[in-house]
Amino acid sequence: MTRSMKIAPVAAFLVVIFIAVPVLISASGRIDLYYTFTSVALLSIASAGVWLTFYIGRINIGQGAYALMGGYVSAILVVTYGWSFWLTLPVAGLFCAAASVLIGLPILRLRGVYFAMVTLVLTEVARLLALALPITNGAKGMVSIPLPGALSAFGLTIIPDFATLHNARLAFYLLAVALMVVCFAVVYRLVHSRVGKLCQSLQQNEELASSIGVNIAYLRVIAYAVSSFFGGVAGAIFAAISQSIYPSSFTVIDSVNFMLNCFLGGLGYVFGPMLGTLVLYFGWDLLFQTGRFQLLIYSTLMIVLMLFLPNGLLSLAVTTRKKG
Amino acid sequence: MADLLEVSALTKRFGGLVAVNNISFSVREKEILSVIGPNGAGKSTLFKLISSFLRPTSGEVRLKGERISDLAPHIAARKGVVRTFQETTIFKNMSVRENVIIAHHLRSRASLLGFFLGTGAAKADEAAFGMSADEILALLGLSSLAGETARNLPHGHLRALGIAIGLATNPSILLLDEPFAGMNHEETMRMVAMVRRLRELGLTILLVEHDMPAVMKISDRIVVLNFGQKIAEGTPAEIQNNDKVIEAYLGSEDEAIGL
Repeated sequence: MTRSMKIAPVAAFLVVIFIAVPVLISASGRIDLYYTFTSVALLSIASAGVWLTFYIGRINIGQGAYALMGGYVSAILVVTYGWSFWLTLPVAGLFCAAASVLIGLPILRLRGVYFAMVTLVLTEVARLLALALPITNGAKGMVSIPLPGALSAFGLTIIPDFATLHNARLAFYLLAVALMVVCFAVVYRLVHSRVGKLCQSLQQNEELASSIGVNIAYLRVIAYAVSSFFGGVAGAIFAAISQSIYPSSFTVIDSVNFMLNCFLGGLGYVFGPMLGTLVLYFGWDLLFQTGRFQLLIYSTLMIVLMLFLPNGLLSLAVTTRKKG
Repeated sequence: MADLLEVSALTKRFGGLVAVNNISFSVREKEILSVIGPNGAGKSTLFKLISSFLRPTSGEVRLKGERISDLAPHIAARKGVVRTFQETTIFKNMSVRENVIIAHHLRSRASLLGFFLGTGAAKADEAAFGMSADEILALLGLSSLAGETARNLPHGHLRALGIAIGLATNPSILLLDEPFAGMNHEETMRMVAMVRRLRELGLTILLVEHDMPAVMKISDRIVVLNFGQKIAEGTPAEIQNNDKVIEAYLGSEDEAIGL
């Protein structure tokens, strides 16, 4: 593929998310859609992290733990210590990455369903910790978190104070999609560099990988740390948007959904989690009209999709392009 | 010729079972040394001990005088002891060429971050790996299959790919785990020629094998194991006339010596 062929779809995508969506939303007057799209963007960031752990051959059902952790780190730093939100954002990510290194070192030795089970428990442990620790304010959670303040450097205001904006929702939307673009660019680059091939070598045969000199333990931890960084950052922004965070803000269901987003979009495609999140989020909302059958139809559809499209929704687009 | 690899008093116990019992021998530089023995003699355990995939209960393995036992497998590989696998262990969803390129890991000068950012060193590494991979594929007669997904290769070529992966790490000593297993006569002869060519390139080779005729043909020296112990060591001619070896093999199964 030539460079211009690659750039064109990316440019189109950027135009859609940064210009077309805001224009359409303000034209239609459905301001609430900002919140929906912001959620999709943030959830897809967390899902991209999960996708990365899939890429090294691990089923990760614990991203909710890191999203919760990131949310609390940001909230506590802003509320209790008066930090700027913009500083807490990377700090929350790094905190989660550091925590994931400590957690990952022992548990990443596990494979398959064993790793999956431990990560599943991780989300529940995070929730219980948030309930029990004094600093997290227990079940009452952290509330009335101030909106992100201004970000300025060298006397120039780069990002205005969200509280002074008359449309903070748009600002959050732009923040979330900008971050989403950065995160997916990072994953894309990772996967298409030699690092990605090394991750793939882990996924396909860890023994062989170590026999050719790959430090598999190190590489696994690095990938898991990047994954958790994404989770933490997404969680931090969620806390800022809702101006609150509770132990139940991210639960096992969320962890499972992050994983399903990856499955649905396609584990073989970098942009799988983005598409998966979008479809799953809106699919669930659309099914709301079916009332008490919502969950039944939803789960049936998921099973059918996984049976007939085991490589995810993106495999449809890719195979038709190959044929055509 | 100097000793490259020294195995001294190596012992491995699994619970009450002594799989490898006080085995000592050494591998000289540019030698093809085979370890043979009836089923259950402890060949595979010995092989894993030398490649650091298992830790010995006692005893040690030294490479050029440096102890390599108790290291992680990837560290042992870095020191120059690289194994191939008995099963058809390859990166099955990558192309043949990608398999060999990824195996150049130990030669990379750029860091992970360097590869992520695409620095000059990373680009130089990638170009060098590509060229070297093409050379290795040509050497092993795999050039025409370079673009093929590894999982689609026929049996014999898979084995060759396994060796290509091992070669790409630039080892001091290459350990081959049953390179002739499941091959017909013609394939075996081709593999024998290939292993000899590797030695001509300056490699030292230690192989563990069942196939007696091939071992007799290829080896400079042979070490024979039975019930976890070394029962003989010598040139193929010496081994063929060794009473203990004949007893061990005839006492177990005729098939093993190709009768």
